[in-house]
Amino acid sequence: MANLNARWINIGFQVLAVCLALLFTTTILILAGAPPLEAYQQIIIGSVGSLRKISDVLVAWVPLLLVTSGLIVTFSAGLWNIGIEGQITLGAIFTTWALRLLQDSAMQPGLIIALSIFAGMVGGALWAALAGALKTFGGVNEIFGGLGLNFVATALTLYLIFGPWKRPGIGSMSGTEPFPETLWLPQLENLRLSPYALVLAILSIGLIYILMQGTYFGLKLKAVGKNMRAAFLLGIPTWQYMMIAFVLCGVFAGLAGSIQVTAVYHRLIPSISSGYGFLGLLVAMLINYRAIWAIPVALFYAALNIGSIQLPIVLKLDSSLSGVLQGSLVLFVLMVDGLRQRLLRKA
Amino acid sequence: MEVELRDIHKSFGSVHANVGISLRVPQGTIQGILGENGAGKSTLMKILSGFIQADRGEILLDNRPVTIHSPADAIRVGVGMLHQDPLDFPPMQVIDNFLIGHDGGLFPDRRKARNELAALQTKFHFSLDPDAYVDTMTVGERQQLEILRLLWLGASVLILDEPTTGISALQKETLFETLRLLTKQGKTIIFVSHKLEDVDAICDRVAVLRQGYLVGEALHPFDPDQLVEMMFSKVITLGERKPIEVGQPSLFLQDFCVEDYRLQINNVNIQINSGEVIGLAGMEGSGQELLLRACGGLVRSTHGKLILHDQDLTGKNYRTYLKNGIAYLPAARLEQGLVPGLSLTEHFILAEGARGFFVNWDEGDKLAKERIIDFNIRGSATTTVEALSGGNQQRALLALLRTPLALILLEHPTRGLDIESTIYIWSKLKERCRQGTSIFFISSDLEEILRYSDRILVFFSGSVSPLLDASKTTVDQLGQLIGGRAWEETFKRNGSTDG
Repeated sequence: MANLNARWINIGFQVLAVCLALLFTTTILILAGAPPLEAYQQIIIGSVGSLRKISDVLVAWVPLLLVTSGLIVTFSAGLWNIGIEGQITLGAIFTTWALRLLQDSAMQPGLIIALSIFAGMVGGALWAALAGALKTFGGVNEIFGGLGLNFVATALTLYLIFGPWKRPGIGSMSGTEPFPETLWLPQLENLRLSPYALVLAILSIGLIYILMQGTYFGLKLKAVGKNMRAAFLLGIPTWQYMMIAFVLCGVFAGLAGSIQVTAVYHRLIPSISSGYGFLGLLVAMLINYRAIWAIPVALFYAALNIGSIQLPIVLKLDSSLSGVLQGSLVLFVLMVDGLRQRLLRKA
Repeated sequence: MEVELRDIHKSFGSVHANVGISLRVPQGTIQGILGENGAGKSTLMKILSGFIQADRGEILLDNRPVTIHSPADAIRVGVGMLHQDPLDFPPMQVIDNFLIGHDGGLFPDRRKARNELAALQTKFHFSLDPDAYVDTMTVGERQQLEILRLLWLGASVLILDEPTTGISALQKETLFETLRLLTKQGKTIIFVSHKLEDVDAICDRVAVLRQGYLVGEALHPFDPDQLVEMMFSKVITLGERKPIEVGQPSLFLQDFCVEDYRLQINNVNIQINSGEVIGLAGMEGSGQELLLRACGGLVRSTHGKLILHDQDLTGKNYRTYLKNGIAYLPAARLEQGLVPGLSLTEHFILAEGARGFFVNWDEGDKLAKERIIDFNIRGSATTTVEALSGGNQQRALLALLRTPLALILLEHPTRGLDIESTIYIWSKLKERCRQGTSIFFISSDLEEILRYSDRILVFFSGSVSPLLDASKTTVDQLGQLIGGRAWEETFKRNGSTDG
């Protein structure tokens, strides 16, 4: 009975958080002189108004879900993998590199795509391992190390686009020369969505769910994240587990970057990560390690991203409004959770 | 300045740390505060220096009641405290440490501070380099810095908590000279210690605390026997001691040396039999924790060997020790032993070690339920450990131990537990001994040490005694020994019990 009550109280607090976030965003809209209801309506229309829009939401959902899958692992190990953006970028770079290397070979296109995606996963994993090694062996906090590596990754992308991999003639911000359609992950007709990418994303979150819920690895990782000292005394090799967490997260981030190249942009562009790494951090914080919840929450965030594209066109509002809602949602959920714990402790 | 405490009460939960303590310290004297660990010394001093607030009672300075809500309040009314572990900023320079806490507007006047530091140094014959970084200094020098800082801030009452731990004999002499000089200038000194010789050497008067009560006061010259009796005397009701069945020798320490930043333990040579319980007695920080952690593979020895069942484990890592059947249970259960947020079931699964890739949750649940009944833990399999009471956390920790084990190392296994839990935990531990497991345990409860140990190691400032036969030792004797007294007579007589 008490459990049931506690559960309802929890849900009540979460609903409160969502309401506060909406209230906050509405206030911002009113201050900006925009009609709030219409703005929300435009976001909804912009995300589910047509089949094409729904497919676009799913296109955004795929990398977000992949990144969140990886971040659940690092979060469970108590790590703030801010370097996730760079890991996505390196995934994209490695994939582009493999595609460029293999595109003129006699290999089957399917095999080339598979190898390139694998290369992307390796790239992300290496970049994450670098952040992990900096933390483990160099004493550099993963937040600082990750942030630094993000900048390096961006610089590397720009260098490649304007240097060795520039388009014939002159390099441009629009990225490298697009790959031939045979090297694209097959897409649905007339839509940007690749069913393969979708399946990979769903498989990934499923894998993470099983890993975290059902295996010794997941349990040990949780122990490391919650109390490293006790985990060590229980015989868990703590720094090794942290390294594995980094590498695993890097694999998923690399996969996300890889999908951005093979299924969305078909080339390397300067901001290939599209901020999905940071957005994934928000989703992971919001779902608090519960992998299953990544599916709806990431979908909602993807819908906000796509839906807000309408805003500048129809209401002359900046599309960053979705970011306000996304960010304030996380802040209010965390704040309300802190409030709940404080109140319950007193009671 | 005259200090008076009136009827000070302080409880932490159900633990009464200070009960109705009243004490008057005249100006210009050195007042010793004596008592074993947990007697309430630190609590009382923290109340006087503003770190915590009393539940009830009054503090009077020169007959004027004062309210002290923070260390800043304390220094404002002239009370400064020198902590056992210096509360300074090691990565900063002496002069900056000196300036910290001083109200001097936005831009500190370094030149003035430098001159005043120099003046103070001359007065007390200190020679600290103002530009040195604190992390390059010895504990003794850091203490000197802290004393100067507090004096500069206007302290006229100085509280020193175990100031002679970790400093050299020469620095101790300097410290004592300084204290005498300070009293001549009318400062009042409160000297908290467990070392009888130090109290005897420097204090004009002494107050003894025991279990939260002020049990007695004495003026110099002291009768040390009387002080020991005040500190430890209880009606001793030792239970029936069963003679141990000595097993095979299992653990050897040979010329074992280990050190940390303040203590050095040299040349320990002991041999422990399987099934034996060894009590480690000593005041907190006398070296027993260090030796225990070294035996668990958590601290590397600097010299010598550790051999368990013919296997040389010297220099191996903690996980190797664990694999060879050595388990270490820390005193900080929730901070170091258990993982808050994980359930009992999850703990048992983790402690059993991986069997395959996937966790068998049904089996884990069954195991948890068995152990919960077996160890009488009040909680269910899904209870997270932080929701358990202290006694149940300790039982859970014990329930996590694997079988078989060669050696269990325990820090304060029954601290904070009620008598029923204590008896239960020891019955479980003795069960292990009958299966051949040896036990090392630290306790500040001398009675517990005498009751449950077969042999005892006494620690004092890093010195380790030979093994004492517990059945031939009394609480009084042990109390003297851990206070650093009567070592020579005892071990001349008892020396043959060594290994």
